[in-house]
Amino acid sequence: MQVFPCPFCGERPDAEFRYGGDARKARPARDCSDAEWAQYMHFRANTRGESLELWLHAAGCGRWIEIRRDTASHVVIATEPMNR
Amino acid sequence: MSATPPRKSHYSAWSLLREGLRGQRGWTPAWTDRDPDPAYDVIVIGGGGHGLATAYYLARTHGIRRVAVLEKGWIGGGNTGRNTTIIRSNYFNPQSAALYDLSVRLYEGLSRELNYNIMFSQRAIMEIAHTDADLESMARAANAMRISGIDIELVDRREALAMAPLMDASPDCRWPVRGALVQRRGGTARHDAVAWGYARAADTLGVHIIQGCEVQGFEIEAGRAVGVRTNRGTIRAGRIGMAVAGNSSVLAELGGFRLPLQSYTLQAMVSEPLEPCLHTVVMSTSNGAYVSQSDKGELVIGGNLDRNPSYAQRGSFAVTQSVLSTLVEMFPSFATLKLMRQWGGTVDASPDNSPLIGPTPLPGLFLNCGWGTGGFKAIPAGGTVFAHLLATGNHHPLSAAFDLSRFTTGALIDESHAGVQH
Repeated sequence: MQVFPCPFCGERPDAEFRYGGDARKARPARDCSDAEWAQYMHFRANTRGESLELWLHAAGCGRWIEIRRDTASHVVIATEPMNR
Repeated sequence: MSATPPRKSHYSAWSLLREGLRGQRGWTPAWTDRDPDPAYDVIVIGGGGHGLATAYYLARTHGIRRVAVLEKGWIGGGNTGRNTTIIRSNYFNPQSAALYDLSVRLYEGLSRELNYNIMFSQRAIMEIAHTDADLESMARAANAMRISGIDIELVDRREALAMAPLMDASPDCRWPVRGALVQRRGGTARHDAVAWGYARAADTLGVHIIQGCEVQGFEIEAGRAVGVRTNRGTIRAGRIGMAVAGNSSVLAELGGFRLPLQSYTLQAMVSEPLEPCLHTVVMSTSNGAYVSQSDKGELVIGGNLDRNPSYAQRGSFAVTQSVLSTLVEMFPSFATLKLMRQWGGTVDASPDNSPLIGPTPLPGLFLNCGWGTGGFKAIPAGGTVFAHLLATGNHHPLSAAFDLSRFTTGALIDESHAGVQH
C-alpha cells in the first residue's frame, strides 16, 4: 500500500483512489474530427517519470484531484484539487 | 566490423552424448553479441521475444539479411523473462483467435524449426467457473471460439476437479468449482529458451544482435525516420520497427506522437519446488489468480495488474496478497508453501486489450506493441506479422485489423471481457 495525500481528506491509502488519466488533456470541440476525438478518447502521454494525473477519491470524499507523480519511482510530488 | 559467425553445432541427442563424453568442450556460442554497423536494411528496437522473432522471420521468410536487433539491456531481460509462460488461443473475437492460434501452431513446431528445445508442454489450460453466471458467459465464449476454429471445451465440475484434484471441492468454499473452459492445446513453454532459440536462429541467418544499445532518438529526414540515435552512435535503416512493450510510449514520444497505451506493472511469483502435483494451468475467471507448475517443480503464480500506472518493474504488496489469498482459497494445501521469488514487469495495456500493429504517424517507423498482459503467447505470430510489415511496408492479412486506425474508425477488438488476462 502507498499513501496518497488527498487535498480534502489528508493522507489516505492509495486503494481508495481510482486513476482517471492525463490531467492535461483538453476536450475537443463538439464538431471535431474522428481523429481528434480518438486522440482525446484513447491516446495518452503515458509518461515515464514525472506525470500529471487525474485521480478520483472514489472511496473517500468522491472528488477529482490532480496528482503529480513519478511513474518510475512512485513518489507523489504534489496533489491539488482538480484545476479546470 | 563483425566477423563471420562460427558454425553452430546442431543440437541433438547425439550431440549431447558426444559432448558428455568429451567433457562439454566442443560447444560453440549460440549467438554473438555484435557491435553496430553504420546502416542496416531493417532495425528492430527491442531484443525481447517479439523483436528477436521479427528479426528471425525477416531473415528466414523474407530473405532480408542486413537486420539489427537493438536491445538496451540484455536479450529476453524484459517481459520475455518475467512472464508466466502461458500459451493459449482461446480469444473471443475472430481476428484475435486467428492471430493467437497462428501463434499456438507456430509454437507447436518451434523447437524443431529453431533446433532449440523451447519445452512447449501442451498440458491444457483451464479457466474455472465459480458461479452459474460464469458458466453461462463461458458457454457464450466457447461457442464464439468454436466458430473461429479454436479447440475449446466446456467441462463440468467433475471433470474440472479430476484435472486439478488439489482444488477445494467443497460446495460452500470461497471459490467453488462449477465447471471450466478448457483448451487442451494450451500450456506453457520455457520463456528464456524462446528468446535464446530465436536469437540463435536469427544470428545463424546473419542478423546482428546488439545488446547494451539504447535508442535515444530518431534521425528524421524530410519527415521520415531514417535511423536511430543510440548510446553507441547513430545507426541508419531503411525501415525501423519497435517492439518494446511497456516502453512503447517512451519511444513514441521521441518520435513525436502518442499511443493509446497505459503502462502498468504485472507481477508474478514462484513457490519453492515440489513434487509434481498440478498437471494443467488453472486460472480463475472471477479473481484473476492463476497457477501452473514448472518443470523444476515450482508453482508459477500470477494475477491481475497492479492498480496504479507504473514503469517501476516491481509489484505492490496489495496485489501479491490478494493473489496469494485467492490461490490458497482455491488450493488449500498450497498454504503451507514458501514463496521463493516475486517480481514485476511493465506491460502496455491498450483500450481494447488487443495489440497495436502497423505503421506509426512517423513514416519509416512501425509498431508492434499493446500485447498487455499476454505478449509471450503471441511471440511467433507477432514476429511473423511484424516481419511481413517491415519487409513489405504492408500489413499481413492477420494484422490489418490491429492497425492504430481502429481507434479512429471505432472498429475496436474488445477482449476485455475475456476475464483471464494472461
